[in-house]
Amino acid sequence: MDLKTFKIGGVHPPENKLSAGVAIEAAALPKRAFIHLGQHLGAPAKPVVQKGDTVKVGTLIGTGEGFISAAVHSSVSGTVFAIDSVIDASGYKRLAVIIDVAGDEWEPSIDRNPELKKEIALDQKAIVEKIKESGIVGLGGATFPAHVKYMVPEGKKVDTIIINAVECEPYLTSDHRVMLERADEVLVGTQILMKALGVGKAIIGIEANKPDALELLSRKAKDYTGIAVQGLKVQYPQGAEKQLIKACLNREVPSGKLPLDVGCVVNNVGTALAVYEAVQKNKPLFERVVTMTGHKLPKKANFLVRVGTPIAQLIDSCGGIPEGTAKFINGGPMMGKAMVSPETPVTKGTSGVILVDGSDAKRNAPGDCIRCAKCVAACPMGLEPYLIEKQAEYALWEEAEKEDAADCMECGCCQFTCPAARPLLDNIRLAKSNVMRIRRERSKK
Amino acid sequence: MSNYIVSLSPHAKGPLTTEKVMWGVVIALMPSFAFSAYYFGIRGIVVTLVATIACILTEFVIQKYLMKTTVTAFDGSAAITGLLLAFNVPSSIPIWEVILGAVFAIAIGKMVFGGLGRNPFNPALLGRAFMLASFPVDMTTWPKPVTTQWLWNMGASVDGTTAATPLGYLKEGVKMGESVTNLVAASPERFDHFNLFIGNVGGCIGEVSAFAILLGGIYMLYRKIITWHIPVFYLGGLALITGIFWAMDPTKYADPLFHLLAGGAMLGAWFMATDMVTSPMTVKGQILFAVCGGLLCGLIRMFGAFPEGCSYSILIMNAFVPLIDKYIKPTRFGKEVNYG
Repeated sequence: MDLKTFKIGGVHPPENKLSAGVAIEAAALPKRAFIHLGQHLGAPAKPVVQKGDTVKVGTLIGTGEGFISAAVHSSVSGTVFAIDSVIDASGYKRLAVIIDVAGDEWEPSIDRNPELKKEIALDQKAIVEKIKESGIVGLGGATFPAHVKYMVPEGKKVDTIIINAVECEPYLTSDHRVMLERADEVLVGTQILMKALGVGKAIIGIEANKPDALELLSRKAKDYTGIAVQGLKVQYPQGAEKQLIKACLNREVPSGKLPLDVGCVVNNVGTALAVYEAVQKNKPLFERVVTMTGHKLPKKANFLVRVGTPIAQLIDSCGGIPEGTAKFINGGPMMGKAMVSPETPVTKGTSGVILVDGSDAKRNAPGDCIRCAKCVAACPMGLEPYLIEKQAEYALWEEAEKEDAADCMECGCCQFTCPAARPLLDNIRLAKSNVMRIRRERSKK
Repeated sequence: MSNYIVSLSPHAKGPLTTEKVMWGVVIALMPSFAFSAYYFGIRGIVVTLVATIACILTEFVIQKYLMKTTVTAFDGSAAITGLLLAFNVPSSIPIWEVILGAVFAIAIGKMVFGGLGRNPFNPALLGRAFMLASFPVDMTTWPKPVTTQWLWNMGASVDGTTAATPLGYLKEGVKMGESVTNLVAASPERFDHFNLFIGNVGGCIGEVSAFAILLGGIYMLYRKIITWHIPVFYLGGLALITGIFWAMDPTKYADPLFHLLAGGAMLGAWFMATDMVTSPMTVKGQILFAVCGGLLCGLIRMFGAFPEGCSYSILIMNAFVPLIDKYIKPTRFGKEVNYG
C-alpha cells in the first residue's frame, strides 16, 4: 500500500508499544467510583443526582450545560455517596459524583446483546441527538464533545470523515486493540457518522506500525460502502487533526481554522466504537479501553475500564507500583499529563497510563541553545521554537504573536528533539497564553 | 502529598544531548586525524593535540576564573574548535603560534560573546584568520606529505622540503601568466584527482584527504548531527561557479572537481559551514547560506589575492546569519493554503 504522511516536521520517538499483543480485558469493578462532572472540553456537566440516590449503570448523573459540554452517566450501580471535589489528571480538584458500588445492574434500555447490528435505524438528526445524550466525547485524549462536530454550521460543507486510528503516541495501544477486536463495530460506527453528516466518504488512517489492524480493517472495509483505509508512514504527531488531514487528503487547515473549513470532520477510532454502541445498542459512554504500561510494570494490559475507577486499582491489577517508579503519565509520553497521584480516577479521556522509571522520568539539565536547528526542523507547524522560547524569556508577547506562537499545538516535538534540553514547550506555552491574553484585551478595546 | 515527578509534557527525551552532538563531531574528525598522522607524522599529531588542549584549557580558565560560571569546557565544543584550528594550519607551524591561535579562537572567537551558542563567527576560522594575519609566512609554508618517516621535526617536513599546495601552485602559475594546461603538464601529481581525494598533496593538517573528511561527514549524517543541505549546497555552489568559468576557458581555470577536492573546501563544507552555532536555523536559510558560501569560495580562489577562499567565504557568510534568520522563515503550516 502507498503510505502517506504529513510534509513538514515531526519526530519518531521509540514506539515502545509493549502492550500491543495483549487482548482487551474487563477491569474489576471499583468499590467506589469517582466520576468527574467535567471530564470533557468545555463547561462541566451539572449534577442531576443527590447524595443517597440509587443509580444503575448508564443512569444520567450530569447534564451538559451550554453549547460545548457533554452529559455524564454513571458507570456503576449503587448509591451516591457524595458529590465532592476529587483530584483529576491535571492535578486540580474538580467536582465529581462519588458512588458506592453495589452489584452491576444496568439500565434496562441498554441492549447488552453482543451481536453486530449493521442496520442504522435512526435518521441524521436523531443520530446527532443520540451522540449528544450519550455523552460521547473525543476518545483520543482531547475529549471534545463529539456531537458539536456533527452540527455543521450553515454555509460549511463537509465531504469526508477521517477516522483517526493513528495512535502516534508511543506506548499506547488501546486504539490498536479496539481495531483488532471490535473492527466491525468500528466500521458500522463510521457508517453512522457518515450518515450523521450526510457524506459518502470516510477514510480510516492507520500507521504502518499496526500491520495487523491495517490488514484487518482494509479487508473488512470492503463490505462497507464509502470507507477507505489509508496506511500512514510512522511519524509523530500524525494523530494531530491537522497533520492527519494533510496526510490523508493533502488539505491544509488554515491557521486558526477548524477541519470543517477544509470539508473534514475527524474522530478517533474509539469514538467511532462509542458511537456504534450509543446508536445501535443505546449504551451511553461510561467505559473505555485504557492501556496500562511501563517497562517495569509486571503485567501490561489493555483494560476495558468503567469511568471513575481509580487508576491505583488498575495498577494493582497489573502487579502494583514497581520499585523506582517516579512518574505516572496519564496519556502518552509526548502529550500526556504527569499525575500528582495514582489515586486519580479514569475519565473518558484516559487512553493509557504509563509508569515511568526514575532516570527516564527526570528531564536533563538544560544547557545553552547550540542553534542546532533541530527544533525548527521538527516543528510540524513550521514554527521556530527556539525563537519563541527566547521571546517568552524576555516577555516579548507582541513579537511572539508575529511569529505565530498561537499556532503551536503543544505536540512536544521541539523539546523532545532538543539536545540542550531547553524547556522549549514550557516557554512556548507561556508565550501562547500571553498572546491569547493580549488578543482578548485587544478585542475588548 | 506525593513524591512523584509532576512535569509538563513532553515526558519523552530524544536521543541527542549537547555532549553527544559535540563528541560526535570529534569522532567524525578522527578519520582526518588518522590521515594527518599518516601524512605529516608525529608533528601533525602534536600540533593537533596542543591546539585541542589549549582550547579546552582556555575555555576552562575563562569560565572558572573570569566568568565564575558553570564550567562546560569539557562538553566537546572546545575540543572541536581545537581540532578544526589545527586542521587548518600547516604541520610545520611553530607550537607557540598554535597556542596563541587557540587562545584567540576561544577567548575572542567564543567566550567574549558569552560562550557556546552565542558566537557569531566560527571560532576555529577566526583563530585561523588571526594566525594568517599574524604569521603569514609560517601559515603558508606547507611541508610535503612524507608518509614513510615518522620523525619529530621542528622545521619544515622531514626531508626539509616544502611544497606549495595545489591551489597555491595554481594561483602563482596563473599570476605568472601560465596556462592551466601547462601547469597541469608540469606538475600532474598535484592535479591528480585520486591524489587529492586520498590526500597525498601538500596542505594543512586536516584538509588534505577528501576521503577522510567524507567518512566523518557520513558519520555525522548517520548520527543525525548534521543534515545534508549545507555540505551539498556549499560544494554545489563551488562546483557551479568554478564549473562555469572552466567551461568558458579550460586553459585559464581549473576544473570544478579539482576545486572540490583541493584545499579546504571539503573540510569547510562538512565541518565549518555546518557549525550549528554560526549557520542559519531554517533549511531554506541554510541553503542560501551554503550556496553563497560556495560561490564566494570559488570567486576568491579564482579572482582573489589568496589561493584559498574557503575560510573567508564561511566567515563572511557567518556575518549574514542573523539577517538570514530574520528574513527567511520556515513554511508555516496553514499559512499558504494549497487546496482547491
